[in-house]
Amino acid sequence: MSELQRQPITQRVSCIVCPMSCVGEVEIAEGQVVRMVGFSCERGRAYAESEVTAPKRVLTTTVKLNGGTLRLLPVVSRQPLPKDKIAACVRCLASVEVEAPVKEGDIISGDLLGLGVDIVASRDVESVSR
Amino acid sequence: MNKQFFDVAIIGGGPAGLAAALSARKAGAKQVVILERDVELGGILQQCIHNGFGLHRFQEELTGPGYAGRFVRMVRADTGITVYTEAMVLEVAKDKTIWAVSPTLGLIQLSARAVIFAMGCRERTRGAIRIPGYRPAGVFTAGAAQRMVNMEGFLPGKNIVILGSGDIGLIMARRMTLEGAKVQAVVELMPFSNGLTRNVVQCLEDFAIPLHLSHTITFVHGRERVTGVSVAAVDANRCIVPGSEFYLPCDCLLLSVGLIPENELSRAMDICLDGLTNGPVVDQYRQTCVSGFFAAGNVVHVHDLVDFVSEEGDIAGRSAALFANGELPLEKQYINVKAETGIRTVVPQRISLPTAAGEKVRLFMRAQEPLTRSTLTITTTAGKLVERKLPVAKPGEMIVADISTEKISPDSQEIIVTLLPQSLGGA
Ligand SMILES: Cc1cc2nc3c(=O)[nH]c(=O)nc-3n(C[C@H](O)[C@H](O)[C@H](O)COP(=O)(O)OP(=O)(O)OC[C@H]3O[C@@H](n4cnc5c(N)ncnc54)[C@H](O)[C@@H]3O)c2cc1C
Ligand code: SF4
Repeated sequence: MSELQRQPITQRVSCIVCPMSCVGEVEIAEGQVVRMVGFSCERGRAYAESEVTAPKRVLTTTVKLNGGTLRLLPVVSRQPLPKDKIAACVRCLASVEVEAPVKEGDIISGDLLGLGVDIVASRDVESVSR
Repeated sequence: MNKQFFDVAIIGGGPAGLAAALSARKAGAKQVVILERDVELGGILQQCIHNGFGLHRFQEELTGPGYAGRFVRMVRADTGITVYTEAMVLEVAKDKTIWAVSPTLGLIQLSARAVIFAMGCRERTRGAIRIPGYRPAGVFTAGAAQRMVNMEGFLPGKNIVILGSGDIGLIMARRMTLEGAKVQAVVELMPFSNGLTRNVVQCLEDFAIPLHLSHTITFVHGRERVTGVSVAAVDANRCIVPGSEFYLPCDCLLLSVGLIPENELSRAMDICLDGLTNGPVVDQYRQTCVSGFFAAGNVVHVHDLVDFVSEEGDIAGRSAALFANGELPLEKQYINVKAETGIRTVVPQRISLPTAAGEKVRLFMRAQEPLTRSTLTITTTAGKLVERKLPVAKPGEMIVADISTEKISPDSQEIIVTLLPQSLGGA
């Protein structure tokens, strides 16, 4: 491990768990939380710890839809994804095309990038009757 | 053309209208109709593809289309509910005749015993806030851009500046970034963001998008297409600070500067409107000042949580069904509910008496400005109805409090709602 990583770094975290919106600081060294200030409760401290060690986000975006009443299909990740993988996931989904009809919950991209999370349709779209 | 008759007619098929239709049926309305001008039901939710809807109502985080889908399926399954899509209501008469036009059916005329307004709201445009500059292409409201990006497959620009940091502005900053555009900055006139902290963190901080608080756009550059905007700091009185101006190049400006309840139909009927909410004045049944006309959702006051929109739809639907069957208590008297120090708006604006035994009324309020450690007080001439400490209050998040109507006597003159810092006597 480099000298840089061993030095503790301080990160500012705005807690989103409740409307108090506490803003605190977390010090991490070697991937571990060593000090934490500014959070008013245990839930906030747990959030701050996960936010600096393994932040996750639910991804919502659209994919191209052919033959449907809409040109785009909104999709959602069934579970949160690692935050640093979001950009790669979006890039991967940019090349996905699906055919109508689609039902809400249909798997559009299973186990995306091997992260163990399915991307599913967030609504029904019927096909255009021709 | 045959004129059709319904117990309850609902104008607008967003979450408010959908909830109203289902609840009207439950409360005994036999024939209900929804008139929706869009090609499908669901309202604004269909373009809000992000998650975060329904935490209160379904205890899970749904996407906008997911939340809408649950209601649309229930409505479609109920044979007592007739749905007209692509049906734009043009006029409503006091005798509850409704005229709408549709590309497939032409003129639709129908008549109802009770009418519910659920038309939602529209966005404030550049004209409404008067930014100097040319009138180039590339200036959109954030919601219009949201529809283009999420439903129609167009990108309104590649290099974006957003004016307004409410939730819609924040959500669009993330959305445009994920679609490959560069969001230069979000500019906010107030010294705070009106959006949820969660959206500030997940839509701006995650992507290192700068948020300029206490700033505004002073000029839009470009004759054919936007080429950039001038941004300046404002002082506590929202006056521009001389010399603080800087230039941001961009090819697209998104405006997220507020929503206005859509009340052309109600206004044309002389329904009393509240100057602060811009929606009709309603009582606890969501009845307007014209008997038999009800209202729910963003048409009454701008909501941030769809769960509360559905709740209001439930109330209006039930009341309209009771009215249609002659079962809604006839109001003998009104008690006004007034927003005073610290509170900007309150809905319902009045309570009709007599009330049913044990009836509770839920008040929805918005704070004037952000406050930490404040006290919410609801009083009548006879005494306090509610006193509650709020650790935080923000204009962007609705304050909700229930009052029990038993404590409201016919001689209470009015109900007064205040929000005071705890240091100022509220302790
Ligand atoms: C961009 C955006 C993001 C949001 N994000 C969230 C969020 O993350 N979480 C959350 O809980 N809430 C969110 N909300 C709030 C919530 O979605 C809205 O408050 C809710 O959709 C309002 O419902 P409504 O039925 O009153 O209005 P709408 O959904 O606007 O529905 C009104 C309907 O009436 C129709 N209509 C209007 N006039 C006529 C007419 N003359 N004839 C026929 N039909 C007519 C319209 O076409 C529309 O379908 C968001 C809102 C917006 C705008
Ligand atoms: S730290 Fe606790 S009190 Fe503060 S915002 Fe987070 S959850 Fe709320």
